[in-house]
Amino acid sequence: MPEYQKFEHDVLVVGAGGAGLRAAIEASAGGVTVGLVCKSLLGKAHTVMAEGGIAAALGTVNSADNWKVHFADTMRGGQYVNNWRMAELHAKEAPTCVRELEAWGAVFDRTREGDILQRNFGGHRYPRLAHVGDRTGLEMIRTLQDHGIHQGIDVHMECTVLSLLKDGDRVVGAFGYDRQRGGFLLFEAKAIVLATGGVGRSYKITSNSWEYTGDGHALAYNAGADLMDMEFVQFHPTGMIWPPSVAGILVTEGVRGEGGVLRNSKSRRFMFDDIPEAYRHQTADNEEEGWRYCQGDKQARRPPELLTRDHVARCIVREIKEGRGSPHGGVFLDISWIKEKIPNAPEHIKKKLPSMYHQFKQLADVDITTTAMEVGPTMHYIMGGIRVHPETQMSTVTGLFAAGECGCGLHGANRLGGNSLSDLLVFGKRAGKFAAAFAKEHSAGTINTDQVDSIARSALEPFERGTRSTDAQGPYQIQHELQVKMQELVGIVRTEPEMLKALEEIGKFQKRMRSVAVQGNREYNSGWHTALDLPNLLTVSEAITRSALERRESRGGHFREDYPNKDKAFGEFNIIARRGPGGEMKVVRQNIPPLPAELKQIIEEQQK
Amino acid sequence: MPQAAVSTKRGLGTTERRDLWWVEPLAVALGLLGFIIYATWAAFQGNHYYFGPYISPFYSPEVFGDSQHSWFGPVPAWWPAFLPFSPALLILWAPGGFRVTCYYYRGSYYKALWADPPACAVGESRGGYRGERSFPLIIQNIHRYFLYLAVLFLFFLAYDVWKALWFTDAAGAVHFGIGVGTIVLAVNVFLLGSYALGCHSMRHLIGGRHDELKNAILGRNCYNCVSALNRNHMRWAWCSLFWVAFSDVYVRLCSMGVWTDWRII
Amino acid sequence: MTSATFSIWRGAAGEGKFFKYTTEISEGMVVLDAVHKIQAEQANDMAVRWNCKAGKCGSCSAEINGIPRLMCMTRLNQLPLERPVTIEPMRSFPSIRDLVTDVSWNFRVKKQIKKFKPRPPDVADGSWRMQQEDVDRVQEFRKCIECFLCQDVCHVLREHHKHEEFIGPRFFVYVAALEMHPLDTENRVEELAKAKGIGYCNITKCCTKVCPESITITDNAIIPLKERVVDEFYDPIKRLFRAIRGQ
Repeated sequence: MPEYQKFEHDVLVVGAGGAGLRAAIEASAGGVTVGLVCKSLLGKAHTVMAEGGIAAALGTVNSADNWKVHFADTMRGGQYVNNWRMAELHAKEAPTCVRELEAWGAVFDRTREGDILQRNFGGHRYPRLAHVGDRTGLEMIRTLQDHGIHQGIDVHMECTVLSLLKDGDRVVGAFGYDRQRGGFLLFEAKAIVLATGGVGRSYKITSNSWEYTGDGHALAYNAGADLMDMEFVQFHPTGMIWPPSVAGILVTEGVRGEGGVLRNSKSRRFMFDDIPEAYRHQTADNEEEGWRYCQGDKQARRPPELLTRDHVARCIVREIKEGRGSPHGGVFLDISWIKEKIPNAPEHIKKKLPSMYHQFKQLADVDITTTAMEVGPTMHYIMGGIRVHPETQMSTVTGLFAAGECGCGLHGANRLGGNSLSDLLVFGKRAGKFAAAFAKEHSAGTINTDQVDSIARSALEPFERGTRSTDAQGPYQIQHELQVKMQELVGIVRTEPEMLKALEEIGKFQKRMRSVAVQGNREYNSGWHTALDLPNLLTVSEAITRSALERRESRGGHFREDYPNKDKAFGEFNIIARRGPGGEMKVVRQNIPPLPAELKQIIEEQQK
Repeated sequence: MPQAAVSTKRGLGTTERRDLWWVEPLAVALGLLGFIIYATWAAFQGNHYYFGPYISPFYSPEVFGDSQHSWFGPVPAWWPAFLPFSPALLILWAPGGFRVTCYYYRGSYYKALWADPPACAVGESRGGYRGERSFPLIIQNIHRYFLYLAVLFLFFLAYDVWKALWFTDAAGAVHFGIGVGTIVLAVNVFLLGSYALGCHSMRHLIGGRHDELKNAILGRNCYNCVSALNRNHMRWAWCSLFWVAFSDVYVRLCSMGVWTDWRII
Repeated sequence: MTSATFSIWRGAAGEGKFFKYTTEISEGMVVLDAVHKIQAEQANDMAVRWNCKAGKCGSCSAEINGIPRLMCMTRLNQLPLERPVTIEPMRSFPSIRDLVTDVSWNFRVKKQIKKFKPRPPDVADGSWRMQQEDVDRVQEFRKCIECFLCQDVCHVLREHHKHEEFIGPRFFVYVAALEMHPLDTENRVEELAKAKGIGYCNITKCCTKVCPESITITDNAIIPLKERVVDEFYDPIKRLFRAIRGQ
């Protein structure tokens, strides 16, 4: 019988990025004991990669901004399949959450009056992103981390949860392993918050690191929770494409916010060629106006480079497909041109975009103050995730909460830049608060030790196969092939035949996964960890594909070549993937509750 | 530490570094030793330290001495005979102390002369280590008092430049003029000023000690100027070190008649 | 395609040796790519810690040809490839396995530093006003990605193992960010001088040299803190004034 170490916490938070840390802080402030599990070291989660800023209608730069505008922007960006209650709460609570960070020591860039400076970003009507140069995510995670370590939270670093444990319908614990020593861990908890982030590793070109294998999605799914909107995957329009080893690394939208423009190989600013009707009245119709907008002119409309990410990504794909791409198969993103407009442009660029400057200088030998960058779309974010109650963040499984990227509802069909960091704060806080309340009202459940033993045994199977090694499959190989297939068949532009092919391939991978084998011992064995991540990757890949097949229209991050237009009928419901009684994945439609009159009115007012 | 790191103890100079890591400490050691040897020799000479209106910076201010620059006349009679006398010995401890306790020099001579460590990520042989935490190196913390003296010396040296503008001709008349020596001494004040005013203690005192720079004594701009000098503190330190020695060489060789001081005006 | 040889330290708990691996390399590759390639093709169980692969998370710290660096930010075309490239784990921390070290000491140290304590809000809505020029200094320190390369290269930790009495450059930067924060009202100067051992620093500036975020650790953080310590403990005139004012 495999051995394990046992821990007891009132609330267990899985994932220590922005949402997980915020949830842990809030839960411990609620007077319960909190355990925080992070897959890597504390403070290394992908939140550090967020560059642009935190969207919150503080109105420090343009006082016309308020929660209503932010709400309407979020709904329009999400093409109205968002959970409107979450969008409302988010817009209302984000400013407080940003101020809270400042009270915990965050140092945002300042306005001349000394208040928090806000910058422009795609899809946001007013300058709304509180930021710190282009390292806002780092500032946020460090602030939460430094605040959190004094809250008496037990942090379990470099630990991964393999499975949630249930007592009847309720989640009562989690079982996992510690990466450093390879030992098993049993966490007993009255409530569990999942904040594990995204699923980027399902795709070949992604801005996500190895951690993002859809763990939270799969844990919740296996525990019986609903996954919603999984077809909505955001491809960030600007990722690095050259050299190959850095392909996928993000180039912040801030570059475009500071005046960067997209050009094709014919030097044409192709974004002016295709401006969607819904945004036409808010988008500049000439280059001069776009530049004035980036300079903070409140009368000017934004340049088309700052349209929503799905749209920009598709325009880039079109340019590349039609043969107007850059030498390495992308398009050009140029910030150096602003030297025509302002004196001292190189210094200005280095000051405003320091990490972009260094990233290109060090990784691609490109000086962005003199040369255009080559960029292309990269898998960045999944709007879909665990379906939660909009106020409490509890999933459809009792005692199981979710927040951040692995949760779902706020972003609808497409997320606006900057709404992710505020999402982490607002709903991380809510998840923590309600998880603590839940833990106070409930006593500990009973752990089924047989279940624990069987999870542990199956986790060790790859080692046993490794020593036998007949028809053994390498974990890296399967993962890599899956990524290639998902990129090819369920990428930015989708069709039914390709996705059916993808389902077939996923089925094959699932079979191969059962004979995956690893060598070596259990201490820090990346091969083993990759093998254990595979089932999660396959689960989310299947959910993405099945949901995408079901949505026979194009909307936001989901684009079907065979159904290229938006279909009003599909705007009435969300698509849900859930585990059927026989373990098979079922896809069902869930109607979106009607929008209350006052919110409807806000949206209509803002459309003028 | 509870557990072993990778091969914990290594001997002096062991490293996986491939670059010429020993070049920098060696150059520093040669530069510092060269200066110390020359300065000591020059300080003990007690002669050839003035020429015309010029005085060597090693000997200024000349408290007692034979030149026209002397404040209180020649060596007093009460000076004990067994002690060697040179005007330089009375004052050199001040600029010397400033440099010895300077943050830049400290870091570089700990490496170059003490090998603690010889260079970054290179093994050292010493077992014990006390740093600047206890006696004797805790004394380095008086750096700011040497700074006060160094600033005072800047005024003396600036006054020397002023005096180096007035030449006495053969008839005993005093004329305004500029010689190469004047420029040498002026450059010396400029370099020493840039070095001393960009000192880390100066940066602290002028504004660094405040969390909000609006509270800085002479305002934000002054702090920014000191910070700008401070960014190149190492460069100013070496340039001024070289030039102060060169200034002495210049005056000395002119005084010995080896070099001729050219008059520009 | 050309190939290059890497000499990688492998072992556990401090016991181990260098193993040589030859692999094909292509344009633009960084050391971490090569390590991953070796891991995928020749040594599945090789332990290496990494995350963002873009120099933003500070996970993949190691010593490459003897110099502490981030593997993800070290391009192969900047290294001499005629000889095997040596890759070792950091030396200031206990080794776990291969290139992975136990950096938990750092997290314990941070927890012992007094937390941020802001002054009361400046404005009725609970917010503060700060000038950009006043926060520039602190923002530099807050760029830190906690890669701990500065801790690795610092000889006080690396050679003299003063982990119990000295918090290392990373945490001087951390304390500097707190101490120079315009809103902070806490005083950490006494603990800096005593428990945190700032006097052990002998200004070798190695930390500044290896910092991947180019934070001027020594000049902007450690020395200003040393000066604040001098203010409080070693400046006789200041002490006299304080005594006269009865503080």
